[in-house]
Amino acid sequence: MFQKKECVVMLLAGGQGSRLYTLTESTAKPAVQFGGKYRIIDFPLSNCINSGLDTVGVLTQYQPLVLNEYIGNGQPWDLDRSRGGVMVLPPYQGKNGADWYSGTANAIYQNLNFIDRYDPDYVLILSGDHIYKMDYAAMLDYHKRMNADCTISVLEVPLAEASRFGIMNADETGRIFEFEEKPKQPKSTKASMGIYIFNAKLLREYLIADEADPASSKDFGKNIIPRMLDNGCAMYAYPFSGYWKDVGTIASLWEANMDLLGETPAFDLYDRNWRIFSRTSARPPQFVGEDARIVGSMMSEGCEIYGCVENSVLFDGVYVAPGAVVRDAVIMSGTRIEAGACVEYAIVDADTVIEAGAAVGAKNNEAKIAVVGTKLTVPAGMVIAAGEMINEAALNARKEGGSNA
Amino acid sequence: MNAIGIIFANLHERNIPELTRSRTIGSVPFGCRYRLIDFTLSNMVNSGITDIRVVTQYNYQSLMDHIGSGKDWDLARRSGGIKVLPPNMRYNQNYTGGAHSRLESLMGIAASLNHIKEDYVIMADCDGICNVDLNALLSDHIKNDADITMMTKRLMLNGSIGETATIIEADESGRIVDLALNPRYAVGEHDVALNITVINTSYLQNIVQESIAHGFASLTLDVMMRNKDERNYRIYRYDGAFATISSLEDYFATSMDLIKNTAFRTALFGVEGRPVLTKVRNSAPTRYTEASSVKNSLIADGCTVDGTVENCILFRGVKIGRGAVVKNCILYQDTVVGENVFMNCVISDKNVVVRDGNMLSGHPSKPYFIGKNQML
Repeated sequence: MFQKKECVVMLLAGGQGSRLYTLTESTAKPAVQFGGKYRIIDFPLSNCINSGLDTVGVLTQYQPLVLNEYIGNGQPWDLDRSRGGVMVLPPYQGKNGADWYSGTANAIYQNLNFIDRYDPDYVLILSGDHIYKMDYAAMLDYHKRMNADCTISVLEVPLAEASRFGIMNADETGRIFEFEEKPKQPKSTKASMGIYIFNAKLLREYLIADEADPASSKDFGKNIIPRMLDNGCAMYAYPFSGYWKDVGTIASLWEANMDLLGETPAFDLYDRNWRIFSRTSARPPQFVGEDARIVGSMMSEGCEIYGCVENSVLFDGVYVAPGAVVRDAVIMSGTRIEAGACVEYAIVDADTVIEAGAAVGAKNNEAKIAVVGTKLTVPAGMVIAAGEMINEAALNARKEGGSNA
Repeated sequence: MNAIGIIFANLHERNIPELTRSRTIGSVPFGCRYRLIDFTLSNMVNSGITDIRVVTQYNYQSLMDHIGSGKDWDLARRSGGIKVLPPNMRYNQNYTGGAHSRLESLMGIAASLNHIKEDYVIMADCDGICNVDLNALLSDHIKNDADITMMTKRLMLNGSIGETATIIEADESGRIVDLALNPRYAVGEHDVALNITVINTSYLQNIVQESIAHGFASLTLDVMMRNKDERNYRIYRYDGAFATISSLEDYFATSMDLIKNTAFRTALFGVEGRPVLTKVRNSAPTRYTEASSVKNSLIADGCTVDGTVENCILFRGVKIGRGAVVKNCILYQDTVVGENVFMNCVISDKNVVVRDGNMLSGHPSKPYFIGKNQML
């Protein structure tokens, strides 16, 4: 019944993303909003469809509601197919009990049955926490040309930062001879982007063997890749150049949003040949009022702007009242910034209200970004300092502290 | 909802020949990101209608492109959903030309009216813009055991009402006692038909069959005027926001009203639970550069604003060049305005390019119109 697919994509989207603090309290990291109308997962999903890959399993685990709802039947990415398409793969109960995904390799292992249905020659493994545009088809061509068992996409990073990444040491043909996870003295600057293509049969063998090894932590980077190297598999580094950002921290998420702004943005969302697709809400057009001032910013439909917006990214349905100021900030869907409030160097999550005269964040040179969680009301006049993180508990503590004082 | 919807996509398009040269009136762009048919379609969908037929005669490629499978209105369905019904040319029968009235359009789709399991049909045109709950209209129709109920609005007329208007006279109970087509002489307060009508399905089927047999051409003149004393025809008064587009000047004024009249804008776009739905284009967000200055404008996604924009409506993908000053303009999808251009009271159709340094101006009473794909 199932049509054979040359390559099946497995997208790891179960991560908690705890370094995104309150932004991922009730949402999985891949569902975090990015770039005015997108969610992080739009980037790998759009890359898939733009690369001609139409069979994608999305492995979810942590807080999957928003993510599942967002992916839905895959229609925004043209992945609503009767042969292939997108399929959400949560952990499940089996005959021998139920297992959470205990590592990246284990997650794929538990879904070998999904892969097997399509009898693929290759499996592409992606993660749902990076912002980039990449033609996976070109990487697959490289993989085939090199006759590789496994191809890992790598990015040249500055030597000073190389110790933060998994570093691939490869010869001039691109063949990897050594892999070092976060090396103190990096020998090269080829950082793994967490994008792997495996020959499907070989991957299957290694996953089964790894599952049987009680000492393994069931992780691609820690277990599968080193073991394949040890066994002399043909592993190649596929050089990627272009914008790529891990948005795993508040500072990097803010920076990546800021990268969309400016005269010549570091990351271009307007490329008609490589469109990023997203599920859109039916909102009316943006309305810009009489005394509004908008410069160097990006915003989506449903915004109503009466105040000042500078160098910021606003998602759909954001309201900025007269006299309010939003500067160097990221404001997510449906949030209201009331009169006289000031939001600077901050990320404010969706459906939150910053009441009149409140101040969130302040300009600084260390990328100390204030964060306010979703569905909160920051009361009138409250001051949230640069880099301060506000979730419901923190806000309540602040309110009580205020009334005691 | 116990009703299907029928939408007339071509009626009245001679009122705005500039905008309907290459499209139906239903696919005339309006309000930054919509087509006129979106308002009618959304009213039906938001009221719970899941079976909608769109009757069209000519120029319907843009309409079909816009509607697609109907998924953006949740109308891509196994049963019901949306159907576009173009003229039916039959083997061995000469095509006799398009239908010019509601009744002629209905006769053209007679076969599709045969198997309707819903008891009522709600018919609407595309040149009326409103956000209305049709359940109230249908309840009123059922409660009064009516044959036809026409939605009307009390309007103060000064003798200048458009040629396609119908004025209705009703008694205190709301029963229609007289109808007048194209009443240019009319002054004072009258009930004007909004061209949203509910009719019993079986009665509609009878009317269509009888009209084919007798060669009737007008629902108002040939059917309603003849039977008004025997049949229970009623009005349902609507007092919310409503705009009819009956000329290019009207179109311009109504568009500007979206910017200037907050109550009108909110009544269309800000109704909880009744969003106006349209085809998703998947544009990136709109970008305002360091040099942008924007005031009193409605702007869709995918635009790049590098100049000054005041009192404008920018559709998706419009680009305003550095140093350009654009005031009181309506710029359709993918219009490109070059550097240091000055424009006032201009309506530009899709894909227009205005090269650097040009100056163009119309007047609010006579907006300057630039046709599709033109380069100035």
